[in-house]
Amino acid sequence: MAARAVWLAFRGGLGRRQAFSTKANVQGSGRITVEVIEHLERLALVDFGSREAVARLEKAVAFADRLREVDTDGVEPMESVLEDRCLYLRSDNVAEGNCAEELLQNSHRVMEEYFVAPPGNISLPKLDKQESFLHS
Amino acid sequence: KQGQITPTELCRKCLSRIQRTKFLNAYITVSEEVALKQAEESEKRYKNGRSLGDLDGIPVAVKDNFSTSGIETTCASNMLKGYIPPFNATVVQKLLDQGALLLGKTNLDEFAMGSGSTDGAFGPVKNPWSFSKQYREQKREQRRPKLHREREGSSGGSAAAVSALTCFAALGSDTGGSTRNPAAHCGLVGFKPSYGLVSRHGLIPLVNSMDVPGILTRCVDDTAIVLGVLAGHDPKDSTTVQDPVKPFTLPSLTDVSKLCIGIPKEYLVPELSSEIRSLWSKAADLFESAGAKVIEVSLPHTSYSIVCYHVLCTSEVASNMARFDGLEYGHRCDVSVSTEAMYAATRREGFNDVVRGRILSGNFFLLKENYENYFIKAQKVRRLIANDFVNVFNSGVDILLTPTTLSEAVPFLEFIKEDNRTRSAQDDIFTQAVNMAGLPAVSVPAALSAQGLPVGLQFIGRAFCDQKLLTVARWFEQQVQFPVLQLQGLMDDCSSAFENEKLASVSLKQ
Repeated sequence: MAARAVWLAFRGGLGRRQAFSTKANVQGSGRITVEVIEHLERLALVDFGSREAVARLEKAVAFADRLREVDTDGVEPMESVLEDRCLYLRSDNVAEGNCAEELLQNSHRVMEEYFVAPPGNISLPKLDKQESFLHS
Repeated sequence: KQGQITPTELCRKCLSRIQRTKFLNAYITVSEEVALKQAEESEKRYKNGRSLGDLDGIPVAVKDNFSTSGIETTCASNMLKGYIPPFNATVVQKLLDQGALLLGKTNLDEFAMGSGSTDGAFGPVKNPWSFSKQYREQKREQRRPKLHREREGSSGGSAAAVSALTCFAALGSDTGGSTRNPAAHCGLVGFKPSYGLVSRHGLIPLVNSMDVPGILTRCVDDTAIVLGVLAGHDPKDSTTVQDPVKPFTLPSLTDVSKLCIGIPKEYLVPELSSEIRSLWSKAADLFESAGAKVIEVSLPHTSYSIVCYHVLCTSEVASNMARFDGLEYGHRCDVSVSTEAMYAATRREGFNDVVRGRILSGNFFLLKENYENYFIKAQKVRRLIANDFVNVFNSGVDILLTPTTLSEAVPFLEFIKEDNRTRSAQDDIFTQAVNMAGLPAVSVPAALSAQGLPVGLQFIGRAFCDQKLLTVARWFEQQVQFPVLQLQGLMDDCSSAFENEKLASVSLKQ
């Protein structure tokens, strides 16, 4: 598909393919598999960019594993330090607004009063095995 | 107010000082015209005897992750280069309503992630103290060849701006110590208010449950004045408490005998420099000899606070950074094959490695299979840490006394040897447990190190007892008499040197 070709060329052009040798030498639990990488990149819409980034994630996860040492039986998770206070809501009255023009000024592509976006409902293409930089 | 100097003159002096200290890279944007206009208006007000208050005509600087209407707000990131917010952050608006002069937006780590102000898109911030007379004299004695560039972060620009006497107060943000850490390295008072006291509306969020706007000033009285202006409920920020705010005038503390100071024993870590350790101990002795009760306390889950912070921070970051897609504001790349492709490419171009790394880590911890084991677990540990503090305060302790940093400012070249995450994990060790518990804390400059660089100590108070905390901090500040930064060697004309001394010793109260 044309879209895929453009996408791959774009990604390749940023030097991704050159960065990774076939001999993956990543330390860690090995939990960051190719599937996980693809999944994370797809969710975050941010790419790893290099093997070092994956290694950093592995280290970060290993670091976070230290949490297992803590005994949290019977402890409730804490979402906010203000949990013992009520969250209040404002009354539903319109007090400000009518600033469409100001807001549109910050966008790069507008048409009349619309933000212009590329076509949606096209998923990011999956990486081929050749392009992935980690071998399981 | 005594008429010694007009707002416009003061403004011009500060602006010229900013120019002369450009090498510090403290400011990303200097809003000269805006500031001068505000100065003129302030002058008119004084002439008519209608000044707005203590802050009228006082130059301030604001960290570049606060939205400022009409002034570029970048968060030191390519993602927001050229972004001009259409509104003012509440805290900025409050300062402006009091007549403060907004000199500019200060430099930081990209999106305030980091502890060195080294990772922003506009380059690292230099510590003014590495150019000070005190530091250079020490270096001459020890015969070290070159000046190092020291660092502080992530509100490094704000700290450098205040410390170099270009403004009287600056806003920073504090998520894991980002206000207190640079304050300690720059010899300033760095204050983190209780979570919920000051509005976060307009502060570009990092971790919603831990961020607070922070205040950097040269003395505790100034901090109290600024806090008095900023504190209070904001209808636009539903995490601000609705309790009425008492004024923050600080009573003079003459009798410390009723005070109980706690020294958390888990904070005595091997990495702590011996200089700071002895300073900490001297401070404790100071309180004891003045009659206060000084006891050792325990915060048992301290060693897990960094891990917990790491997981919660990256998870919230992953969520908060999702708003940057290039569509409505900020950087946008040229890929227009599909929305997802455009978002992905925009985000790759806009964010640096640190930010991307955190987003990916956060997403990992939030995956369905990891959610319970990491995110929920970290939230539980957070409760344990917060409870540690509550238990200590309930046992009769009023204030905790701890170091702020492991050591004085480290040379730039040494600092960048470790990656951002490791550095943050090391340097934030004393400061970020406080963010998790939402407590107020303040770093007060304590002494100059053997190398001539500032070192600070931290006081932690009970939630919403900010006034008490600042009162104790001010007592300590008066005992310590921390020296003023002397940048005289770099100033061209001698007459201004005298003026600078005067500026430094003038607090906002006069």
